[in-house]
Amino acid sequence: MSLSPFEVSSAALVAEEDQSAEALDAAGGILGRSPLRLALARLRSDRMAWVSAGMILLMVVLALIAPVLSSITGHSPYNPDLVNGTDTFGQPYGPGQAGFLLGTDNVGRDILVRIAYGARISLLVGMLATLLATVGGTALGLVSGYYGGWIDALLARLMDAVLSFPYVLAAIVLAAVFGGSLPLTIGVIAFFSWAAIGRIVRGQTLSQKEKEYVEAARSIGAGSFRIMFVDILPNLIAPVIVLGTLLVPVAIVFEATLDYLGVGVGPPTPTWGNMLADDQGSAGFGAWWFWVFPSIALLITTLGFNLLGDSVRDALDPRTERLFAMRRKKVAGGGLDASAGAGTEPLSGGTEA
Amino acid sequence: MTRFVIRRVVQGIVTLWVIVSLVFILFFMANPDPARLLAGKSATLTEVASIRASLGLNHPIWQQYLSYLGRLVTGNLGESYKLHEPVTTLLGRWVQVDISLAVGAGIIWLILGLSVGILAARRPRSVWDRSATVFVLTGLSTPTFILGLLLLYVFFYVLTTHGVSIFPGAGNYTPLLTDPAQWARDLILPWLTLALITAATYARLSRSSLLEVLGEDYIRTARAKGLSERRIVYRHALRAAITPIVTQFGIDLATVLGGAIITETVFGLPGLGENVVSAIGREDLPVIQGIVLVAAAFIVVANIVVDAIYAVLDPRVRLS
Repeated sequence: MSLSPFEVSSAALVAEEDQSAEALDAAGGILGRSPLRLALARLRSDRMAWVSAGMILLMVVLALIAPVLSSITGHSPYNPDLVNGTDTFGQPYGPGQAGFLLGTDNVGRDILVRIAYGARISLLVGMLATLLATVGGTALGLVSGYYGGWIDALLARLMDAVLSFPYVLAAIVLAAVFGGSLPLTIGVIAFFSWAAIGRIVRGQTLSQKEKEYVEAARSIGAGSFRIMFVDILPNLIAPVIVLGTLLVPVAIVFEATLDYLGVGVGPPTPTWGNMLADDQGSAGFGAWWFWVFPSIALLITTLGFNLLGDSVRDALDPRTERLFAMRRKKVAGGGLDASAGAGTEPLSGGTEA
Repeated sequence: MTRFVIRRVVQGIVTLWVIVSLVFILFFMANPDPARLLAGKSATLTEVASIRASLGLNHPIWQQYLSYLGRLVTGNLGESYKLHEPVTTLLGRWVQVDISLAVGAGIIWLILGLSVGILAARRPRSVWDRSATVFVLTGLSTPTFILGLLLLYVFFYVLTTHGVSIFPGAGNYTPLLTDPAQWARDLILPWLTLALITAATYARLSRSSLLEVLGEDYIRTARAKGLSERRIVYRHALRAAITPIVTQFGIDLATVLGGAIITETVFGLPGLGENVVSAIGREDLPVIQGIVLVAAAFIVVANIVVDAIYAVLDPRVRLS
């Protein structure tokens, strides 16, 4: 009988725990660790998690220092500067020319500064929309699964409708009607994202509410609200965290898409999406730096969150198949190979978006 | 089966009615009097009034709504405010682009996605599997318009500047019946853009679905009987693993048919997607209504068809 991946990885973790734990083990004692601490330890030992965290951190730092970059270089992210930002023929500077690290766009604005400001919008929209969608989807999923009956019928149909609707079309119609703005963009993205989480939470709630602990809670007089949010919710938190992490890149791409189509936050605010749209129309492809750098920024961000989501999924639920596995830093003899047979294990339905 | 279809069709019609009504209300809220916009800035009040009268916009909103629904039932989608052509004619012209897009891209993404998925599932954790996950991850992380721009840059701009003009740039579309070879040449980059991104989902889906089936008891039985691995995978496992992929394929195909907004915008293809964006820009309500209706109808129909196919493919599923 081979070890399950869970046992393997905790065995590996014991090996890398600090001295006191080893001392305890040597003394025959067992150090109790909560599931959260186990998951965090697993995450810490995961190289891919560090790589992805680094990618995200890079973007966060870029977003934070955007005003600093702007004041050091003296380049405004908003105002066209045809005098300093373009050469004597009115052509934009390429990367590295005239003190513009990533070049300038066709009206002489510093692309690096604009990318840094764009990072603020992308991260803000990505995080806020995901937060709204996660909280909303979890609450509605819990209510739907717990109460059942007509509430469930209504909410479940609503989730199906939201999930099956061509959301880019709906989003641009909404943006056209109400006028593109940051709050609307966040709202629209959250509205079209909550159902994915809601459906999973609903399914999990349906099975959780039949468990004994719910019956026990009810028998000691706990109300529905308490059972849902205090008793059941902690048992669903793992898939919710995983889905939430994987929703961030989706939201960021969604925002960039809306801006690319001209119905998102809109100019003069620099966003990666409208930088890409401007650049395609005006200068054509000769000035490759117009669109290559915003694209790279966008790709680093989405890739970072996708990889992190995958690592988080692995840390919280080691039975699931990894999307992109990298060998762990310290693996006790045999290590992960012991679980190679687990490759044929089905993906846990709970974390598949 | 008949009862199932009838019920689903009725449900679908209700869904479409809700969507059409929502769009109607939304645009009325945003702009209660489109006549003023249509007449232009220099129009006199009488001109505005005559436009209003000719479009029936002088009636109360509920009357406009009812007459709109009445016309809809007879298949009359009205006339574009700006293009001065019946919306049905326009839709008929534009949807050809989307059919061309969907057919070509669908074939590519299905073949590519399934091959990558099967390759990965047959040898889990091999180099093939690792490469497949890189493919999936890249596809999931790349926005469609970035891939489109990249393909245009490499295959149109770079090649053309080096004297090799195989692929046309954005804004080219030749109908199939005019010149089939040119049709394919114009569409190959849009096809690849749509297909490469979508194939990532299919690779992941087919890999996990196939892995799940390969773990079933009847597969072990098949192995015990001494069947070849090829026969097991392609005859026994794939048949059961294909059902979720069929579902996904139906919905994705319908979504593209209703307008591949981003791909069409990047490549300047005159399909439903690009035209809904420009119709929104000029507040051409009848056109927007028409495109939303067609896009939603494709999805509704696809859902019904997919459920029916599902039951045929997997006898364990009962239509209810």
